[in-house]
Amino acid sequence: MTDLSRRKLIKTGVAAATGIAGLGVGTVLAKNYGLIPPDCGGIWGVGETLNYAAYRLLTNHSMAREFERSEISAKPLANEMPPLTDEFKTLQAGGFADWRLTIDGMVDRPGTFSLKQLKSYPRRSQITQLACEEGWSYVAEWTGVPLSHVLEVAGIQPKAKYVVYFSIDPDWWDSIDMSDSLHPQTYLAYGMNGEDLSVGNGGPLRMRVPRQLGYKNVKFITRLTVTDDLKKFGKGLGSASPEGGYSWFAGV
Amino acid sequence: MPIKPAPEAAAHSRPALKPLRHTALVRSTHWITALAFLGLLVSGIEIVISHPRFYWGENGNVLTPVLFKLPIPSSRALVPTGYGYVLPDQNGWSRYLHFQSAWLAVLTGLVYVAAGFTSGHFRKDLLPRAEDVSWRALAGSIGGHLRFVRPDPAEAWSYNLLQRLSYLTVIFALGPLVVWTGLAMSPAFTSAFPASVNLLGGRQSARTVHFFAAASLLLFFLVHVGMVWFAGFRSRMRAMITGRIDGPAEDA
Repeated sequence: MTDLSRRKLIKTGVAAATGIAGLGVGTVLAKNYGLIPPDCGGIWGVGETLNYAAYRLLTNHSMAREFERSEISAKPLANEMPPLTDEFKTLQAGGFADWRLTIDGMVDRPGTFSLKQLKSYPRRSQITQLACEEGWSYVAEWTGVPLSHVLEVAGIQPKAKYVVYFSIDPDWWDSIDMSDSLHPQTYLAYGMNGEDLSVGNGGPLRMRVPRQLGYKNVKFITRLTVTDDLKKFGKGLGSASPEGGYSWFAGV
Repeated sequence: MPIKPAPEAAAHSRPALKPLRHTALVRSTHWITALAFLGLLVSGIEIVISHPRFYWGENGNVLTPVLFKLPIPSSRALVPTGYGYVLPDQNGWSRYLHFQSAWLAVLTGLVYVAAGFTSGHFRKDLLPRAEDVSWRALAGSIGGHLRFVRPDPAEAWSYNLLQRLSYLTVIFALGPLVVWTGLAMSPAFTSAFPASVNLLGGRQSARTVHFFAAASLLLFFLVHVGMVWFAGFRSRMRAMITGRIDGPAEDA
């Protein structure tokens, strides 16, 4: 064996060992800092994990772009959606007076809120863009109560890591981490452009997460569950989206 | 006492090795990038099918006027295409594949560019030679290409002027542009770096520029493969896979 090839072999060996050790340390750190998304397995796990980890490292305190009132889109598109359930239609006939939001899981005071109660909490507005993963977008003024306020009322426990949110449509549920849940722009939205949120746009109550794409903004919210483990929900992938082939993290 | 031969003499006594046409780093990053490009291309086409309409500015959707639309069917019923059918939705895996390939392309690209500067690859192999920096040389190179003059064997050891210019354009203009405009469509990324989208005039402008940058890269890819075919598919492929080449070696 020549000097040159021996040196090359040692160099390659050291590089490989460093790489493997680095990967191991990286995985432990990533887990501790909450950089691993629930759909990190499978062939797309690497890209999804890099996306979510980059998001968590870069954007903890960043705010979604806000726009001027003059930039509000004339026609906020109501996307196509599955037929409304009978339960929804009954509540709609009653003017949503009986619409209830339940909060349970890792909270000190689980409970139920009517829309009226939610509207009595601090009312906030944001003029932000809703962008669909398909490519289209619009800007609207969203009004609602910050999710952080509702979580404060219910008293989240220190070990809580995620908020799972459910639509009245049993096929539609999702979750966000605590950083997104407590983010000042994350709302339970009940109004748009100065009016009650229309059914087409997710009324009477829609999760508004403006740093993520449209499908993360689930319509017709009836239940919040605070948890430290997404494995307990559905197939354990954190949301209905990965079960239908879509990524859990929707910031890109 | 026998005199030991000088090290140089020992080196000279070995059979001379022909230099490599492409370094191992250039070859490996080339093929990884090719793989990532194909992943981005296939998934990008699938994603665009879900909304084959383009806009300028901040917003656009099926309720707003288009800049232009592609005359293809769509995978969404909401999009008016003139076709009597809707294609199946493939966006779930397409989006996963798109971002995973993008990470691969960007990380590989960074390694290649860093190595290109430190090793002198850009200066020696891609920067036009001093005698080629003239309109006359450019016209000559374009004329040669238009007349489909087959490259002479010495050209197998270096790039011609048009080749150098097109590679530099892809590496330092189209590549960064397609990454930038891609990131400018991410609501998470733009929350941390709002200038990335504001400089482009809005999300829909970013999407439209992304489309043209990708289309330019596709054109480059097709011409590149065509020229490899024309110059001698076997020898050029062999050079990019093994690094070795038949024919006279030119001193670098």
